[in-house]
Amino acid sequence: MAKHETPLLDELEKGPWPSFVSDIKREAASRAKNEKNVEFQIPAEVCEDLLGVVELSYHEGETHWKHGGIVGVFGYGGGVIGRYCDQPQQFPGVAHFHTMRVNQPSGLYYSTDFLRQLCDLWEFRGSGMTNMHGSTGDIVLLGTTTPQLEEVFHELTHKFETDLGGSGSNLRTPSCCLGMSRCEFACYDTQAICHEFTNVYQDFLHRPAFPYKFKFKFDGCPNCCVASIARSDLSFIGLWRDNIRIDQEAVKAYIGGEIPPNGGAHADRDWGKFDIQKEIIDLCPTKCMWMEGDTLKINDKECNHCMHCINAMPRALRIGEDRGCALLLGAKAPILDGAQMGTLIVPFIKVEPPYDPIHELIEKIFDFWMEEGKNRERVGETMKRFGLAKYLEIMDLKPDPRMIKEPRANPYIFWKEEEVPGGWDRKIEDYRSRHQM
Amino acid sequence: MDEAAARQAIIDGMQAKKGKSKFYFKDLNSMIPEMKTLQVKKLLGQMVNDQILEYWSSGSTTFYGLKGAGKQHSGEGEE
Ligand code: SF4
Ligand code: SF4
Repeated sequence: MAKHETPLLDELEKGPWPSFVSDIKREAASRAKNEKNVEFQIPAEVCEDLLGVVELSYHEGETHWKHGGIVGVFGYGGGVIGRYCDQPQQFPGVAHFHTMRVNQPSGLYYSTDFLRQLCDLWEFRGSGMTNMHGSTGDIVLLGTTTPQLEEVFHELTHKFETDLGGSGSNLRTPSCCLGMSRCEFACYDTQAICHEFTNVYQDFLHRPAFPYKFKFKFDGCPNCCVASIARSDLSFIGLWRDNIRIDQEAVKAYIGGEIPPNGGAHADRDWGKFDIQKEIIDLCPTKCMWMEGDTLKINDKECNHCMHCINAMPRALRIGEDRGCALLLGAKAPILDGAQMGTLIVPFIKVEPPYDPIHELIEKIFDFWMEEGKNRERVGETMKRFGLAKYLEIMDLKPDPRMIKEPRANPYIFWKEEEVPGGWDRKIEDYRSRHQM
Repeated sequence: MDEAAARQAIIDGMQAKKGKSKFYFKDLNSMIPEMKTLQVKKLLGQMVNDQILEYWSSGSTTFYGLKGAGKQHSGEGEE
């Protein structure tokens, strides 16, 4: 019989969806049986007690977790999130229930062997419960006691050749889409830069010196599979600055129904014959596509890289060849201010090792924010406080109409006297010689 | 300012704030304005390694404290 009655949690097992309650119960049963004779280093009933304390909280509408603390591994200011239960007598299995964040591999590629060993380690030294993956991207190991932290850390760094991820006022674990390893839309090698930046900015990951968290995310194209535009302080979104490559024969094949649109997705329903006008051209947000006879035309100057046409007709339309990325700054969830999407600060930059121009910009972003950012202020909030024009000036970036939605309606740049030939003082006579009263 | 003096300035600065045991990086940074931010970061890291300071993290924010001072764990904002 279960250690604690959990009628409220049991409700969450009903319905068609996967249930975390069922998952925890399964792990609880497996620990109780212990078929592999694991010498559990934390209480065997950790999962049972977790269910118990969550049930109690649901019942009372109050949490019984205390979070935060000095726990961590020696010398690191991140990667471990301390958590304690405020009813340790009733739920001794979760008296300590710390989370460890582990740096995930770029693109989330694992061997089954790695995963099996990681799970074995966590059954031995932790609760056996994981979260693959946390919203920052890390492998999240849920629930262990303080004495196990160094032991797990040693195993991770020596046997698994990985490291703890970021937490607190640190750089958070950089994350990327799987990019060029599988995806033809990738405009740069997201995995390469993610891995490189994880190494280069290692010290910022482990030793806190920022006003608050800072995230890098790398998306290979504007489809934004890791949602960098909404969820990272500095978002790298792949794009091209030449033309979309068109294979007119393949365009005809899509029109003729020989190639299913969207790579055959949505095939569970009959949507009727593919209509290029209705489904592609009319949906182009900048209205820069048209047919001339049976030839598809694109005015690439107007294309805003929304990816719609390429997603729908991947065999006919391909990303351009002059590739790089755009950089957007300041996306965040609501903390001080409300939620914010990233603001374009660099419309296009090449993404090539050793990434020097990008490092130079990051250095400026970090320096300024560390000096001027208020405590618990994200970099996007600092930028907002100073204003975009001022921020661009400090970062040595050139204002560009693409940074805002409507340049003519939104005069965010004011000329300075030294930028105007002749300054503010004009000879009225000279002007009058060309303009009557 | 040499390193020993900087270390002492940090310790003195932290002890001078009565009733406060956890400090933001910025608070400590401003105690030694002569030093560059990245140098301060390095120094604080060394002071953690030397077990003079310790990190305190809520999960979302990290603070520095003198080792052993104040509560070791509590709810966020509840010092
Ligand atoms: S973001 Fe773009 S490049 Fe990366 S996986 Fe998604 S579709 Fe492919
Ligand atoms: S990518 Fe989007 S904006 Fe560009 S041509 Fe295709 S549909 Fe139009």
